[in-house]
Amino acid sequence: MDLSLTEDQRSLKEVFAELFAKEATPERVRAAEAGGHDEALWRVLVGSGAPTMGVPEELGGGGASTADLVVVVTEAGRRVAPVPLVEVLAAADALSRTDAGGELLAGVGEGRVLPVLALRPLRSGSAGPVPGAAVADVVVALDGEELVALSRPAGQAAPLLPNLGSAALAEVTTAGWSGRRVLATGAEARRVYEDALSLWRVLTAAALDGVRQEALRLGVEYVKERHAFGVPIAWFQTVQHRLADEATAGDGVELLVHEAAWARDSGSPRAAALARMALLFAGETAFSTSAASLHFHGGYGYTLEYDVQLYFRRAKAWQLALGAPRHELRALAADLFPPAGPPVLEEAVV
Amino acid sequence: MDFTEHDSLAEFRKAAHEWADEHVRPEWVELEHATGTHHNPQLHALLGQQGLLGAGWPAEYGGSDVDPGYALAVFQEIGARGLRMDGWVTTEMVARTILHVATEEAKQEIIPPALRGEVVIVLGYTEPSAGSDVAAARMRAVRDGDEWVVNGSKMFTSTAHMATHVFLLTRTNTEVAKHKGLTLLLARLDAPGVEVQPVHTLGGQRTNATFYSDVRVPDRMRIGDVDGGWGVMRVALVHERGTATAPGGPTLVEQVAAWARDAPGPDGAPLLEDPTVAERLARLAIDDEVSRLLGLKVRWIASTGGMPGIEGSMQKLWSSEAEQRRVAVLTDLLGEQAVLAGDAGPLHGAVEWALRKAPVSTIYGGTSEVQREIVAERRLGLPRSRPIG
Repeated sequence: MDLSLTEDQRSLKEVFAELFAKEATPERVRAAEAGGHDEALWRVLVGSGAPTMGVPEELGGGGASTADLVVVVTEAGRRVAPVPLVEVLAAADALSRTDAGGELLAGVGEGRVLPVLALRPLRSGSAGPVPGAAVADVVVALDGEELVALSRPAGQAAPLLPNLGSAALAEVTTAGWSGRRVLATGAEARRVYEDALSLWRVLTAAALDGVRQEALRLGVEYVKERHAFGVPIAWFQTVQHRLADEATAGDGVELLVHEAAWARDSGSPRAAALARMALLFAGETAFSTSAASLHFHGGYGYTLEYDVQLYFRRAKAWQLALGAPRHELRALAADLFPPAGPPVLEEAVV
Repeated sequence: MDFTEHDSLAEFRKAAHEWADEHVRPEWVELEHATGTHHNPQLHALLGQQGLLGAGWPAEYGGSDVDPGYALAVFQEIGARGLRMDGWVTTEMVARTILHVATEEAKQEIIPPALRGEVVIVLGYTEPSAGSDVAAARMRAVRDGDEWVVNGSKMFTSTAHMATHVFLLTRTNTEVAKHKGLTLLLARLDAPGVEVQPVHTLGGQRTNATFYSDVRVPDRMRIGDVDGGWGVMRVALVHERGTATAPGGPTLVEQVAAWARDAPGPDGAPLLEDPTVAERLARLAIDDEVSRLLGLKVRWIASTGGMPGIEGSMQKLWSSEAEQRRVAVLTDLLGEQAVLAGDAGPLHGAVEWALRKAPVSTIYGGTSEVQREIVAERRLGLPRSRPIG
């Protein structure tokens, strides 16, 4: 057991903390809200090798572990960086696991191709709203028995759907995304897709950990400064205790996210369940922490001028991109409490 | 990070299991449930005779050459079989404190018989009007020659009806701030003027209220300096051991899920097929995982030589609050089955019993309010909110 970051991870954290603090300032975040994307920041990230850092070195990537990606993405979340970094990392993971994805992958590394992952399989020709799709060149999606890379006619970006988290959200339909390249089929297609989706869960949980850390910091700083009834409001126990509860759950989020990354990197059979747990718990905690922080800002927290609202909105929106938590909970229950004996039920359902 | 947990006691598990097979009697568990006393004198005496209590202690005070790892594995195995050793937990805590702060005379008089299992010490900190604010203790001790004369009462002196001594937090000076006028005395429970009255609890445990009327304690049984009790308390708290248990065994949530796989719901289908049941059990499993991880962090910090004070508070706060959320959810999911006690209910009444037991978790060992205060002040750097006394 070792619950500390490695030396390399500590430098990684420092480098990306600095990068996002410089390139994802609250001003830049606000400026990117309308389109959901900061192209200048994305170019800096491409230059740093971040989009393909999780891809094996022999395929031209950085060979980083999931645990390393968690460190980077947490820093992106801390600054609510307006780029679809998690979606690209998950899509690059899928591309790197298929032979047909190699060419696209090279384009990702060079910054020519921005791929994202559809978070649910295509059904009746639509995968619903997909984060990053409004600025993506390619969407990796599961279409029946095939894993496909969908693209749009040249020069036609997908229309942006206005949304709570100010993400580059667009609906992915086979009608609009008419370019179609098959990456894998059958069981391989499903496995690669599920793996990439599981990575998306862990990394979104990491981004939400960054969100809740900064939301907590904003709240703690504010209550120390703000006075009411002649004392800093930090003096009141109702304020202190709610923040202490958030900090406590927060330590749990951090541990759970890192455990999920470790499980994935070490090939643990619990990896899929831990990824779901991490996302569910990080989403829940990021929202309760940013809601508490916003509340303790009083009326100012409700204004757009204060940064806490940037966190409050994304805390909810990022998790829900995947769908309603209850479906995740039900899938988690199936992972955790599998039926005893032969899986008769599953066959009956099919 | 690496979340692999190696069982440091793995090499002792088999021998500990065999020890328990040979010595632990199943009827002791029934006896513990029936009496609510978390101490078994026969078991305690046996552990003392076999040198298990003295494992790791200095030989000059009666320590044995039994491997402390083996002893701990045996204690955990006893715990896994449903028996608690509260008498030893408190005796060990006080004996460690005595080893650090008491006179040589007191060490020789108390520690060897404690390790033989003949002396059992219980804690006398809490009073009817002083719980979390333990330094507000009012029990008076007045010096009379070579003795102290003690008057007052203590609350929740668990195991006192089975013990030989009580470790009393007394007030020896009323002229100074409350933390500065405290002294610790080790009193005999068979001394004239001591009265033990049973107090029965919601979770089935029997504890006691103890009353002291002109009870005489020789000065050699003073543990630490006169008016230096608060410092002694800090030593004692360092020696408060975590409740380590043997690894393995399904959680209550997993047990309920396994039961719900076959148990029919109101519509006749297995309860676990009800999406609400499955979803809520899965959510509880997340709470359990977070509790486990926060505990892992405490152990990791301790293993690297750090003091996991804040993390210990976080773990205690989270797991106790999670326990209460858990029993509320489980009882609601089980409905009319949840109220059935003992063998009348599912899982031998485990859920009904869990509900009874849960309220104490956020009270004992530092209330949730105290833990939140520690986290707020020491982790978040928020100002101290309670009055300084």
